[in-house]
Amino acid sequence: MKDRGYYGQYGGAFLPEILTTTFDELEAIFNSIKNDPCFWKEYKSLMSSYSCRPTPLTFAENLTDHFNGAKIYIKREDLNHTGAHKANNVMGQGLLVKKMGKKRVIAETGAGQHGVATATMAAKFGFDCTIYMGEVDVLRQRPNVFWMEQLGAEVISVKDGTRILKDAINEAFRDWVENMDTTHYVLGTACGPHPFPEMVTFFQSIIGQEARNQILEIEGKLPARVYACVGGGSNAMGLFSGFLNDPVELVGVEAGGKGLNSGKHASRLSSKDASCGIAQGYKTYFLQDSDGQMKETHSISAGLDYVGVSPILSKMHDMKEARFESATDDDVVKALRFTMQKEGIIPALESAHAFAFAFKEAGNLSKDDIIIINQSGRGDKDIFTVADAFDDPKWKQFIIEKALEYKKNA
Amino acid sequence: MLKSYINKKLDQKDILLMTHIVMGYPSFEDSMNIVEQMVEAGVDLMELQIPFSEPMADGPVILKANQKSLEKGSTVKKCFEFANKASKRFDIPFLFMSYANILHKFGMEKFSDQMAAMDIKGAIVPDIPPEEGKEYIRAMEKNKLCPIFIFSPETSDERMRYLSDNAKGFIYCVARKGVTGKETQFSHELDTYLKRCRKATDLPLAVGFGVKDKKDMNYLKGKADIAVIGSETIRIVDEKGVKATYDFICNLNK
Repeated sequence: MKDRGYYGQYGGAFLPEILTTTFDELEAIFNSIKNDPCFWKEYKSLMSSYSCRPTPLTFAENLTDHFNGAKIYIKREDLNHTGAHKANNVMGQGLLVKKMGKKRVIAETGAGQHGVATATMAAKFGFDCTIYMGEVDVLRQRPNVFWMEQLGAEVISVKDGTRILKDAINEAFRDWVENMDTTHYVLGTACGPHPFPEMVTFFQSIIGQEARNQILEIEGKLPARVYACVGGGSNAMGLFSGFLNDPVELVGVEAGGKGLNSGKHASRLSSKDASCGIAQGYKTYFLQDSDGQMKETHSISAGLDYVGVSPILSKMHDMKEARFESATDDDVVKALRFTMQKEGIIPALESAHAFAFAFKEAGNLSKDDIIIINQSGRGDKDIFTVADAFDDPKWKQFIIEKALEYKKNA
Repeated sequence: MLKSYINKKLDQKDILLMTHIVMGYPSFEDSMNIVEQMVEAGVDLMELQIPFSEPMADGPVILKANQKSLEKGSTVKKCFEFANKASKRFDIPFLFMSYANILHKFGMEKFSDQMAAMDIKGAIVPDIPPEEGKEYIRAMEKNKLCPIFIFSPETSDERMRYLSDNAKGFIYCVARKGVTGKETQFSHELDTYLKRCRKATDLPLAVGFGVKDKKDMNYLKGKADIAVIGSETIRIVDEKGVKATYDFICNLNK
């Protein structure tokens, strides 16, 4: 490897020896495309024909009127194919897999969006596909499991550790150290060993590039603030990338779970509970105990329920290049309901974190200010969790009747 | 020091035996009994693993042992107390095996000082390659301890020499791709790989990953200096109990 991928003191490549050659190869191929305008053209063309790029920037007129402050715009990553920003990274890595001549892809998934995106990419490019998913997430994101399997992927439910996203990542690495000759690991977020944080950010930067052009075209000026939810940090890095050299405040919103004082959250940068550590091949802020054992995390959204965070965001946190906040499960559910009722838009529970926090601040800004909220994904996948959170009696009745019907026919 | 111990031992037997335990699994008391059984049965070196919540390089058997040990309340402090007792009681070299974060969180230099104080000879940390290990290597050097680095079948000759330049004591050669505790084909391919390893370093070679019985050990004689048995001893403890480790090791050493 030419570069170890450090951002301040964070990042690096803490690799088991067996993967060294694989990462050398990956870094080399990534370096060969990242400054190649032909590749970016090929990538953009794929994303505009197979997915729905550029995704719209929607003016949220009713929300703006309600909060009576900044003009609120929503970047619609939910309108990507498969319903989330995940496709941006996956299709980019898919093109690299084709160049490397590998025939199989593996991926971890939390909410299932990255898994579904990887399964579609594998189907389109003719790769075999295995998805690792924590057992807890398999249960709470069942619709995505269904789609991954229908798309031809094998979904392996991970029963080790805390049975969520980090455990799925460990298991994907265990697969990779055995099968790296034939297999590429499509890591879904801007975490992990170098070059993943840089590479995932590179593909996701299409979000920020578009958003910047769109807002300048519509409003003729830059936003005051942009908001994105932060799990591993890929959608946030994607949006932030477009505004790094602008006088725009970057706000990342983490999972506040049951509150920062409850210990049941996944806030690495906005709480005082995380510290610098090394795991899953990179150095960053982790929610860990004084021995360095990773702690259990909690969030209503599977996609933000992760112990680590992008090393690039850790550096931005320390350098105060971005501000990190959190939104609780309760606030998130309220924000989701409110957005649906006011705008007819259904954000994913992950994205609703960014909405929830932006709603707290929108009214304090002037009417001349603009904010952009990244809607990283659509909420349809969360139907079971949201129906539970809303405690919807008609939905419950439907599930009961459906279960009886299956039972009768079994 | 470790290197000369290994070479001296090799005058007496064709191949040495290193075993591995996860401290605190099934319990600290059992762990001590296992060490006792193994030392009495003639093990030459032992790896004591400090459990970590994310043991990325370990397969299902050792992974489970890590998790169970932590569930039962293992801490780094308890592991140190255990290691201290074991190394005082038994006259073989002990090594620590763990992951980067355990050392990082404790502080590399402090960790090394602790190791020296309890006479632990070296450490195997699979997720610290030398490129990321400057502080680690310096800390080990300070107390004349051995950072053990790893060769894999994917490692180029040039990189083997680089790893060897940073290593002390011996080289840990993983016999194949994948994680610990799965089947390994002891084949011509492995021969060629071990010959490459031998050429790249003057340090003794330990071979691990999938080594599980007398047949495997015999195969490695003349090709390597130390056979490493990891997951298999944990399997024996799980299936037949602590006492069974004695017979198991005796059979290997015959």
